[in-house]
Amino acid sequence: MAYLRALGCYLPSRVVENSEVAPLVGVDAEWLLRATGIEQRRFAAPEESVASLGLRAAEDCLAGAGIPAREVGMLIVASGSSERRFPGPASAIGAALGIAGTPAIDLPMASAGSLFGLALGAKLCRDYGNVLVVGAEIMSRVVRLEPAFRDTAILFGDGAGACVVSEGSGFARVVDSILSTDGDFREALRLDLDAPLEMDGRAIILQASRKLPRVISELLARNHSNPSQVGTFVMHQANLNLIARVAQSLGVPDTKVFRNLGRYGNTSSASLLIAATEWWRETGGPLQAPVVFAAFGAGLNWGALLAAPVDGGGLGLA
Amino acid sequence: MDKQTKITEILRRLAGKPIDPAPGESLFESGLLDSFALADLVSALEAEFAIRIPDSDLRPRLFDSIDRIAAYVEKRS
Repeated sequence: MAYLRALGCYLPSRVVENSEVAPLVGVDAEWLLRATGIEQRRFAAPEESVASLGLRAAEDCLAGAGIPAREVGMLIVASGSSERRFPGPASAIGAALGIAGTPAIDLPMASAGSLFGLALGAKLCRDYGNVLVVGAEIMSRVVRLEPAFRDTAILFGDGAGACVVSEGSGFARVVDSILSTDGDFREALRLDLDAPLEMDGRAIILQASRKLPRVISELLARNHSNPSQVGTFVMHQANLNLIARVAQSLGVPDTKVFRNLGRYGNTSSASLLIAATEWWRETGGPLQAPVVFAAFGAGLNWGALLAAPVDGGGLGLA
Repeated sequence: MDKQTKITEILRRLAGKPIDPAPGESLFESGLLDSFALADLVSALEAEFAIRIPDSDLRPRLFDSIDRIAAYVEKRS
């Protein structure tokens, strides 16, 4: 049985306020806040890389788990903003952790990458032991802070998150997950070589507004549960309105949905694990109620993962 | 009530004000429809016309004007 053992994150120290971004893209800072709900974001320093951010998050997570890097049996790194086609950041993070010989797998998957990593980690930890899942992104280098690209430039930030998924023990038991892909809409969100990120926001919102509530409902229903029994929903931090809409569709109050988009913007595949880390640290102690992690993004890829208190939380979750 | 009139009624309900877009007018360009209103529109169309709009048809250009919406609804009915 797979467990979430610990979470960790790293945010670059440079805080970029709307007042810095707004004039570069030709909008008013107040408008930017109203339109996105984002107050600030972090930008990586020039000497930082996707791998160096991921490493810091991995180290934070391992410290929280209380296990040395040598006990990591597999490393999975999700990133859509990796600097090179190959090798991806996974091998660099593995080398920096000093775990040569341990398989290090890249998921070149924006937005939903860390959710996919968690779900795969939960399946693979039985064979590989501790699976360290990392999501790391430097989105500030794949958008252009220019008026022509303002629709995407204002949304993103940099950061990294990590989670150790283990067989046998942890603060939450992974009950089930659903992963999905719909390649028919792959052009709606893409990052071509030597070009800035492009996004058809209308198509993305329209698809996400339907697919996210549906996959969460399906996951809960097939585990004989329902949204009202979930303590917290931790989602990819893409858009505050989208998060609110998903909550509304599920019939759960806003207070059950964790949000930190306002402080970090959309950090793509890192956002779920950064949000999960902050939620976990705020919660403290053992999980009291089931938690649902969900993400949606480029591919289109989306999914949800259900985790429950170690004792089942009295809900009879199988 | 014909389809175009029903669609206009739905758009007015979503906008919360007495709008009257021309049948061929781009609802996106005119600012009458944003990303989230579009999602509401799709749900309202399903309910009003008793149709199911599959995810594969969730393409904004299909819903960019009253004419286009009416043509789509006609095809699905």
